[in-house]
Amino acid sequence: MTVLERAEARASRRLPWGNPLVYLVAVVVIVAMLAPVAYIVLGGFRTNSQITVDPSGFPDPWNVGNYLGVLGGPVFWREVLNSVIVAVATTFGVVALGLMASYVIARYTFRARGAMYALFAAGLMFPLTVAITPLYFVVKTIGLMNTLPGVILPQIAFQLPVTVIILVPFLRAIPDEIQEAAEIDGCSRLGFFWRMVIPLSRPGVITVGILAFVFSWNAYLLPLFILNNQDAFTLPLGVQAFSSQYSQDTAKVLAFTSLSMIPALVFFSLFERRIVGGLTGAVKG
Amino acid sequence: MTVRTHTASGPTSSRLGPGGGDRVSPPLRRRRLGAPDWRQRLEIGLLAGPALVVFVSFVILPVGVAAFYGFFSWQGFGPPVDFVGFKNYLTILQDPDFHAALWHNGVIVVLSLVFQGPLAVLVALLLNRRMRGQSVIRVLLFVPYVISEVVVGTGWSLMLQSAGALNDALDKLGLGFLATDWLSDPSIAIWTLMVIITWKYLGFAVILFLAGLQGIPEELNEAAAIDGASYWQIQRRITLPLLAPTLRIWAFLSIIGSLQLFDLVYIIWGQYIASTAGTSTMATYMVLSGRTSGNYGYGNAVAVVLFIISLTVALLYQRFVLRRDTAGALTERSAR
Repeated sequence: MTVLERAEARASRRLPWGNPLVYLVAVVVIVAMLAPVAYIVLGGFRTNSQITVDPSGFPDPWNVGNYLGVLGGPVFWREVLNSVIVAVATTFGVVALGLMASYVIARYTFRARGAMYALFAAGLMFPLTVAITPLYFVVKTIGLMNTLPGVILPQIAFQLPVTVIILVPFLRAIPDEIQEAAEIDGCSRLGFFWRMVIPLSRPGVITVGILAFVFSWNAYLLPLFILNNQDAFTLPLGVQAFSSQYSQDTAKVLAFTSLSMIPALVFFSLFERRIVGGLTGAVKG
Repeated sequence: MTVRTHTASGPTSSRLGPGGGDRVSPPLRRRRLGAPDWRQRLEIGLLAGPALVVFVSFVILPVGVAAFYGFFSWQGFGPPVDFVGFKNYLTILQDPDFHAALWHNGVIVVLSLVFQGPLAVLVALLLNRRMRGQSVIRVLLFVPYVISEVVVGTGWSLMLQSAGALNDALDKLGLGFLATDWLSDPSIAIWTLMVIITWKYLGFAVILFLAGLQGIPEELNEAAAIDGASYWQIQRRITLPLLAPTLRIWAFLSIIGSLQLFDLVYIIWGQYIASTAGTSTMATYMVLSGRTSGNYGYGNAVAVVLFIISLTVALLYQRFVLRRDTAGALTERSAR
């Protein structure tokens, strides 16, 4: 059966709406997941007196002043830009370096292979927290304090273990027959890497890419140590600085906090479709 | 260094032993071995080199330095000169605050597995069904995972204050007797933390499980359905066993993550309140006793202890649990 036929058969066999109980469960889970987020977002539309008088109420009347105030200032946008630069560079670096290293571990056979895999796997046991103080001195020594590369490079390094662990089994699963066929057609191993491995590993790459992006976007401890200059702050530092600066102005803190979520959410919902599409088109099918 | 092509791995070559397989060439699959060794070495260097350089300089080197500084009484400036041997380590092992933090980490490890595992499997099974609005539901479920710990911490701590939204909402629902001090009561705070952790990281488990579920061939489910198996029978007898490798990897990541938990506790409870509220972890203990007190040598020693504990747990886990997955992968390969 071809993929298309199978999809059609599946579509015709299943009811379009499915079991109502499933939707009930889905709704309960989603409400639980979203209630705290809704609290933050709605809180931003309230005034401080509304929040004090009725902590769990809805905005009445709705007040967009907090959001406009945050969006109108330069601080928020500068921090968004910094976070985007750091996250995109981290993601790109992790995917590029991780894919190349995983390819070597997965599809070359050489003595140090096991050791190399073990080295990266051991990295899972090195949390950033453990190394943060010496890492700070390393970054300082190479003169990257208060610069975005000073955050990007360590983040790439610390995200490599997870990336390698996820990608190696993925690259191993590419059937040997494909590689043999490519070799018979005169494709070198590097050519095979460029022409076959990169396209075939797209679902895995998207998965590790999203993990890297989210890791970077949420990173707090490393930027806290490396970036002391307000101009270089990423969003998590910004949120923290903002909430201590305006600790009396709960509504404004909530507005700033909810705005800081938006870019990551947009990015994630864009790529979530690609995960699903990518995974269904995986090699094993 | 002996280099062979990947196709040579598997049962045939493993019987030949390492290194020996190159010249004793079995027929057919060994064609590539005519290529000179230096070329493969060059490829390996080119491909793996950059990752190794970055990894060693920013992960291995600092961790090594941390281990070195752990033997000193060092305040963070100038070279460490005050060598104190294992004194830092003895102090750590005798400190009741560290014992408490270690205990909290243990509780968090166990409860994370117990809370998140079954819940995430159910949610992943649910999302793996074809239904209307599936992708919207997926995106919404992953919202907590995608937002940062700082946002989560700021939002939840405002919500959970004594005069905050949760207690107020309970009051309105006539459940006012349930209202309590969610954050600072030591008998409750750790459960509050578990709820927040589960809420925050459930999406990560679900992503992994969904990816695992997508790898299970549809034909198996179809065959079982034709044989008259119910939905739940199919999930229990076919899906769950096939998902087991993914579950084991997730459990591994979850255990390590729980042992190293820092951000959420630090942001919600702050460094001082965490220990009185019973939510301190080894990592918050490390920052409090090291960086905050200006005793970087001691902090680095705590880092080493934390590392050794994580490493031991990880090695035991890999030895006794993950080994089965490698075995499975190998048998699958040779079957091709």
